[in-house]
Amino acid sequence: MSEQHHQSDKDPVSGVNTTGHEWDGLKELNNPAPRWWLIVFLITVVWAIGYWVVYPAWPTLSGHTQGLWAWTQFKQLDEQRQEIAARQNTIAPRFDDASLEDIVKDPELQAFARAGGAVAFRNYCAACHGSGGAGGPGYPNLNDDSWIWGGKLDQIYATIAHGIRAHDDPETRQSEMMAFGKDGLLSAQDIGTVADYVLSLSGKNETPLPDAAKTKGAEIFAANCAACHGEAGQGNIDLGAPALNDALWLYADTREAIVAQINKPKHGVMPAWGKRLDERTLKQLTIYVHTLGGGQE
Amino acid sequence: MTTLSPSVSFAQAGTGQAPVGYHDDVVKWFTIAAVFWGVVGFLVGLMIALQLAFPELNVAPYLNFGRLRPVHTSAVIFAFGGNVLFATSYFVVQRTCATRLWNDGLAKFTFWGYQAFIVMAALGYVLGVTQGKEYAEPEWYADVWLTVVWVAYLLVFLMTILNRKQPHIYVANWFFLSFIVTVAVLHLVNNVSVPTALFDAKSYPVWAGVQSAMIQWWYGHNAVGFFLTAGFLGIMYYFVPKRAGRPVYSYRLSILHFWSLIFIYIWAGPHHLHYTALPDWAQTLGMTFSIMLWMPSWGGMINGLMTLSGAWHKLREDPVLQFLIVSIGFYGMSTFEGPLMSIKTVNALSHYTDWTIGHVHSGALGWVGFISFGAIYYLVPVLWKKKEMFSTPWISLHLWIATVGIVLYIAAMWVSGIMQGLMWRSYDSMGFLEYSFSETVQAMFPYYVIRALGGLLYLAGALIMVANIYMTIRHGVPRERTGQISAHHAVTA
Repeated sequence: MSEQHHQSDKDPVSGVNTTGHEWDGLKELNNPAPRWWLIVFLITVVWAIGYWVVYPAWPTLSGHTQGLWAWTQFKQLDEQRQEIAARQNTIAPRFDDASLEDIVKDPELQAFARAGGAVAFRNYCAACHGSGGAGGPGYPNLNDDSWIWGGKLDQIYATIAHGIRAHDDPETRQSEMMAFGKDGLLSAQDIGTVADYVLSLSGKNETPLPDAAKTKGAEIFAANCAACHGEAGQGNIDLGAPALNDALWLYADTREAIVAQINKPKHGVMPAWGKRLDERTLKQLTIYVHTLGGGQE
Repeated sequence: MTTLSPSVSFAQAGTGQAPVGYHDDVVKWFTIAAVFWGVVGFLVGLMIALQLAFPELNVAPYLNFGRLRPVHTSAVIFAFGGNVLFATSYFVVQRTCATRLWNDGLAKFTFWGYQAFIVMAALGYVLGVTQGKEYAEPEWYADVWLTVVWVAYLLVFLMTILNRKQPHIYVANWFFLSFIVTVAVLHLVNNVSVPTALFDAKSYPVWAGVQSAMIQWWYGHNAVGFFLTAGFLGIMYYFVPKRAGRPVYSYRLSILHFWSLIFIYIWAGPHHLHYTALPDWAQTLGMTFSIMLWMPSWGGMINGLMTLSGAWHKLREDPVLQFLIVSIGFYGMSTFEGPLMSIKTVNALSHYTDWTIGHVHSGALGWVGFISFGAIYYLVPVLWKKKEMFSTPWISLHLWIATVGIVLYIAAMWVSGIMQGLMWRSYDSMGFLEYSFSETVQAMFPYYVIRALGGLLYLAGALIMVANIYMTIRHGVPRERTGQISAHHAVTA
């Protein structure tokens, strides 16, 4: 404030002097800053200084101040992880030692598996298989009893751990259906005929198949498909060949979808979760999926 | 102050051409631009709010959430907020320095240059051109252009202050100048990058890893601190005492809170990086400086509210003053909430949740939006030489619709944010997470709908303002000619 312009006058409303400055009709009162404002400000400053003493705060030439307790966020993380681990550890050691068959027989272990399995399923599996395991076109439904690779505990475990056509796991489930149309193994007409026959296996045709077409279809099926899918289209879990004689379809129950699959098959991929999840979680997921509805003894 | 009578229109004085001859054309342009971009920004905000509730509304690739979100944030912060700051700072600096804006040509260049930057940035976002840094998305070519425009802005503003016919620099100009200077520094440092080729839109920042993160949030937080706080406090320090017809409450408080605010704000950025790869010591500094920022922020609120002492009765009738005062209320609320959320324990719950979005919008919709609307309602009749706004009831309607909109918005985000944070950290008795991420998303749906409704109301309020401004400019009652107008003349509401 320069002195020569310091001609303060009194504000008639508040009775407080102005600073004597005026801009475009605007003046300023010469009130002090509110005392409570200053006090709270100072308290926050003192609190901050105290916090700097207790916690790591200021960088130095060779690192930073450590604070009284040498607190770090990693120690805090460890403590919190241990607290959660402690809750799991009431059951976990027994769970880790138990076989899948033992777990299914023990209500407490099974509850533990289902609790952990449900979380893992929703985090890792639900994106493809749906949060309830109902699947979708190209993603198998896990609630039913139709299993491509088997629905027993150890079979489910192997599928989860090693995945399907997973590029980074030599033990992964592998199967490949030939591209009968694209590679010229069957004519377009034959593919149509055998597609009608496949539909007839589960009674899905719109009109009953004439005997001649049925015979011809059965012939093509026996020569090209039955090796993997079985004489009656019952499927083969050792080869990952889906059953074709039930009402459950991986893609769709239409003639177009079947023709497309015979012509140039799609091959689904599932990651080898054994590479990403620990043994406990794999077991939990196995039990969880097994109990979704279609688990086999 | 030569008159203090409620019957005298505020527009009579201190705002005319003679004897100073203010450069108000450019202020008019910036005002119109602010209103235009405001509506665009609110509309895109509503669109992305609806996209969150109803994902089918994402239209790939140009109109999906990822591209529209920076269009929204840039439109409301830099296009709406920026144009409001240009308009008000150019208006205020001339009047409080009692001199014409320096260099007409350069001032006009800042207008066209700034609009060009906005269009460049927005086109880039929609086409997928982005640096991927929050609030600093424009690529290098737009950044270089903005630097040119910003230096011109600094020159115009600074030279006008140097040409002032007043011995002292008014407090509003301290805040405006600190905003212009600091934003320049933040912009330059955070955007240092190397283009992949001379004619390639893509560039890579020179900063990497945690240093890059730290610089980004030093920038990001001070974009809030200097663009949305210091700049808009400059608006507050002119338009609140003007509209209230009262002196600023405390000169000493303005000095104390100005210097403490700008000194402390610049440290607070690390609170955006709690519990990350950022070293503990930097997190501590960010948190403690955020706590110390509480009172310096509130200094502006106190000075604004206390300026009304002796004039509280005007608040009953004047919806423009109501806009200004409600905005100060939201300012006080969000500058308390901010330090609270910077505390690590609180942040552990609030970080990455909708609580942050609610916090930002109580500041953005309540403080930045409302102080801007108040200033625009003040400016339009003055700039277009009208007696008053076409409709005062419409201003009231805008105020109430927008206030209900804000309340719906922030209440929904508080609930959904805290719920989201609690669901994420919820473990059952056996030590397993109780909820998957998708379940938390599902749980937020009703709040997303409420939030969109709040945004719709806010947009509706702004459209009422557009109609009112249009009617004022086209059909408003002209201001009567008054005799001598001087820069020292009184202005009362």
